[in-house]
Amino acid sequence: MKRRFASIWFRHLITDWLTIRRPELSNKPFVVAAPLHGRMVISAANAIAEAQGINRGMVVADAKAFLPDLEVIDERPKLAEKLLKAIGRWCIRFTPIVAVDNPEGLLLDISGCTHLWGGEREYLKDIVNRLRSRGYDTRMAIADTVGTAWAVAHYGKATPIIASSCQLDALLKLPPIALRLEIDIVERLHKLGLKTVGSFAAIPRSVLRRRFGEGLLLRLGQACGWEEEFIQPLKPIVPYEERLPCLEPIRTDKGIEIALQRLLEALCKRLSGEGKGLREAALKCHRVDGKMVQIDIGTSRATANVTHIFKLFALRISQIEPALGIELFVLEAPKVEDADPVQEALWSNRTGLENMEVAELLDRLKSRDASCSIYRYLPDQHYWPERSVSVASSITEKPTIDWQADRPRPTRLLASPEPITVTAPIPDYPPLLFRYKGEVHIIKKADGPERIEREWWIDKGEHRDYYYVEDDKGQRYWLYRSGHYDDDQSSQWFLHGFFA
Amino acid sequence: MLKDKREVLSQLKKDLLHWQGFMPKECRVEQIGLGPVEEAFPNGVFPMGTVHEFISTCREESAASSGFISGLLANLMKNGGVCLWISTIKALFPPGIKIFGVEPHRIVFVCMKREKDVLWAMEEALKCEGITAVIAELQELDFMQSRRLQLAVEKSRVTGFVLRCNPRRIGATACVARWQIRSLSSELDEGMPGVGFPRWEVELLKVRNGNPGAWKMEWSEERFIPVIQPPIQATNSMEQNRKIG
Repeated sequence: MKRRFASIWFRHLITDWLTIRRPELSNKPFVVAAPLHGRMVISAANAIAEAQGINRGMVVADAKAFLPDLEVIDERPKLAEKLLKAIGRWCIRFTPIVAVDNPEGLLLDISGCTHLWGGEREYLKDIVNRLRSRGYDTRMAIADTVGTAWAVAHYGKATPIIASSCQLDALLKLPPIALRLEIDIVERLHKLGLKTVGSFAAIPRSVLRRRFGEGLLLRLGQACGWEEEFIQPLKPIVPYEERLPCLEPIRTDKGIEIALQRLLEALCKRLSGEGKGLREAALKCHRVDGKMVQIDIGTSRATANVTHIFKLFALRISQIEPALGIELFVLEAPKVEDADPVQEALWSNRTGLENMEVAELLDRLKSRDASCSIYRYLPDQHYWPERSVSVASSITEKPTIDWQADRPRPTRLLASPEPITVTAPIPDYPPLLFRYKGEVHIIKKADGPERIEREWWIDKGEHRDYYYVEDDKGQRYWLYRSGHYDDDQSSQWFLHGFFA
Repeated sequence: MLKDKREVLSQLKKDLLHWQGFMPKECRVEQIGLGPVEEAFPNGVFPMGTVHEFISTCREESAASSGFISGLLANLMKNGGVCLWISTIKALFPPGIKIFGVEPHRIVFVCMKREKDVLWAMEEALKCEGITAVIAELQELDFMQSRRLQLAVEKSRVTGFVLRCNPRRIGATACVARWQIRSLSSELDEGMPGVGFPRWEVELLKVRNGNPGAWKMEWSEERFIPVIQPPIQATNSMEQNRKIG
């Protein structure tokens, strides 16, 4: 399908918005100004002021000199962006792909949309008329490429609709700035007398590149359709999405459940047909009052099991506040992964972590209490005890190395080693006794030392000499001495774990 | 008539035991490897698909209980099962249970904020048939909570272990057995230095329909080995025999 783009240019975006909000401004010249280097510089002027020769970039004092009754309004930062985003969202009714074109325009990918309005001319008229009736002075153009649409919207004098593959013809008469070039390139072109695109379009590319750089060729190519250009949609397109409009606003839990069930059935049917499963899903409820409430779930494995996903959502339905009622439900699956269809069929026979039931159980635990943490450990190639395990990234990840069982390791490890006082013969004998939390343990048997060096490439500090000791009651501990003996004997010994 | 009644009664008793998770003697395939301890349970079979309660009064004891449970898990998870370890703190050190024959990566650790959530998670997990065993570290467990857990396992046949550290009150629970594991001094061959294999005093404080008792067990060669009572007793009895003789 031939792609078509529309560019909308708001000639007086901020001043129009101010006029809509304050109708008394509509008949007098006013400007919006912001401080720059200690002077107030005009950043936007309305049509009346422009007609009297006031342009953006002028200093307010100069403008006031020849137009004393000029009204000056302080600029609000980021206002233009916010306005464009809001208008862009409103424009989603014309096409799903709308992008903001800073500083004062919108770009629409209208491929395959215009026939719904009965043609491009009617489509364009509808948008412009609607925006004009709101009070926005707009210019719009439609072309095969973003570049041409932009150029014609801003600088075109003839027809706003450029027929397919006629981009270059439309551009010939336009000034070079219509190609969205950098200012210094435009100035250089002007200096050389190249006042229209047509005057340099026929010059060999190698010459243009040598004189003006790659930027000019890129922009020219984008406008003519030789080079690809992408726009960033305001609302990302979710490929897996189901919508359910409601005739009557929904206000009850039961109603939401029915809607959710229907959406899930439709979505999961599609997913399982494509051999995929969802990892994340979001239910967006658009309310009558224009607000949107959303609940999200995540699964630990790709799944297209309706009952399971429904259960996960069911735990969250109470968080939806329907207020006056919900008129549109949208179910989105932003993260979709390949699911093994065979696995679904045989899930009851699988044991262990491949079992779908286990994954579903973990999802349930996670969705009931988001603060709970679920993790598995894999062996890691470190001797340092705290780093000898790593957390597995997925539920089915297999260890790449074996678990080490040749050295004694405690069943329970203290999160941080606790200092103990010991009586130990030097140089490297195990302690005779140690005192922990006021209790004296007399050591009967001991193994060690096992020296574990500090991993100097990760952190700094002393090495540890570990001893596996057993006291007179038969309780087994893991103690260590930090570093060598030196003059400072305090807090050198620590208890780090308990053996079974 | 009377005989009939007795037969019916004994049959009913057998059925009740079966429903509660005790297997008849014929199905001794599912052995847990506890040797003499198993004899304490009805029919002499370690009950799987039930909830066991482990009491520990200090950190050393809870470490010993964790080790003992890991030994049981090794047998339970032989055919590639997976188990859940639910707690409020991260205390278990995965490499440390490898010597008990458990693959630590087959344990899924769940860390909850509150004890109430641990109980809820345990109940949910016990209902899930794809899991071999569920271990929960709790402080308190009252009768009603344990009853809920027991009802959950009766359907799914998952084995549950509740590890109670420092319980304030030890009341009646619906758990099938109450254990207490204490460390014992390890023993080595004469003159050998170092610490020997882990050795525990395994005490069954309560067994439903069984006989409580205490045993000495050692974990070596990847299995539980009952420690034979010291030979002093044997010599005593020999002396007695001699006297009688």
